[in-house]
Amino acid sequence: MSWSRIYGGRECTGWRGSIASCTMKARPPARSQPPAPGPGGEGRPDSAEGRPAEGEEPLRASIRAGLEAAWPICIGYLPLGLAFGVLAQKEGLSLLDIALMSAVVFAGSSQFIAVAMLGLGASPLSIILTTFIVNSRHILMSSALAVHLQGLSRSFLSLYAYGITDESFAVNIARFKEAGWHPYRALAVNHTANLAWIGSTILGGYCGQFIAAGSFGIDYALSAMFLSLIVFQLKGRIYAFTALITALVAAALSLVHPGHSFIIIASLLGASLGFALKRYDRRRRGIDG
Amino acid sequence: MAEAGYQYLLLILGMGLVTYIPRWFPLLWLARRRLPEWFIEWLDLVPVAILSALIFSDLFVVGEPRHVELLQSKSLVAIPTLLFALKTRSLGGTVIMGMALFWLRTSYHWGS
Repeated sequence: MSWSRIYGGRECTGWRGSIASCTMKARPPARSQPPAPGPGGEGRPDSAEGRPAEGEEPLRASIRAGLEAAWPICIGYLPLGLAFGVLAQKEGLSLLDIALMSAVVFAGSSQFIAVAMLGLGASPLSIILTTFIVNSRHILMSSALAVHLQGLSRSFLSLYAYGITDESFAVNIARFKEAGWHPYRALAVNHTANLAWIGSTILGGYCGQFIAAGSFGIDYALSAMFLSLIVFQLKGRIYAFTALITALVAAALSLVHPGHSFIIIASLLGASLGFALKRYDRRRRGIDG
Repeated sequence: MAEAGYQYLLLILGMGLVTYIPRWFPLLWLARRRLPEWFIEWLDLVPVAILSALIFSDLFVVGEPRHVELLQSKSLVAIPTLLFALKTRSLGGTVIMGMALFWLRTSYHWGS
């Protein structure tokens, strides 16, 4: 909490300019900037503890850090992307369609669902509606990320939003919470994952049927990644309680309710119950003295 | 064929739009204003909740129609993987370990 505030204040001004220069479509900042930093905003404040050296984080360093953080996602995307490519091709999507869908939509599960629905002859409108429902869970992820991306420019946030997936969210939020994780690095994670996804789906459409399924336990990469990341998140009993209650609610809901909305419902409920417990705890301790 | 291609293009653009908006709007809206303390505290619990919802339904809920199956390859491999993650706190190591265990399990216990 503390450093996201710091971040939101003035430090971000140091590299906002460089973001504008490195994202192609960034227009010259008109009024899209947060309030100007106080006097002395020119000189960069000393970095907060645990954060990357302030000022211009070298782009190359960000990309390298992003690649290092994103490789489990890339491994995990490979079998999924291959499978998607094979299926999509069977439903009559061209390689260009596949590439375009992976680049424009960039959401694994809804792409699978869309292809399955195409196979059933569903109307485009119903596919789009389903996509919206499946991906509405990103509302929560986007909100949680906002805490760590305070005060950044609209163009950066808009670019960042494109890459929010379950996987990049999980990796980046863990890094953000642990120590200083530069938004550039988080963005590099997003785009590395994005390229891996696009590449593997194209590969799947091109030659996926020749690759043996289940090689090297690769199907388990994302499960293992999520397991590991949830371990990193369990820092105290409130978190453990939240995880447990959400798991139970999610499992129960997923049984009685088809589709993917159980994720968002269970998460909302679990986080709220965890929050209530935390509040209750604090109040009780307050009264006890 | 050209018409089918056009249809696909519209479909893809529509899907892209409805996927982008839920990713974009909260970020743009929330990252540029001062959030109340309680909301930040609540959001702080959201990641662990989402991860939990994703992973436990992935591990224990299988099949179509969905049902809970506590003991199958995915959930069994999860136990040593989880212990490994707790012990080493290494993301990369855990991913490799999980894959190796799952590979062993599925190679030598097909269908059991």
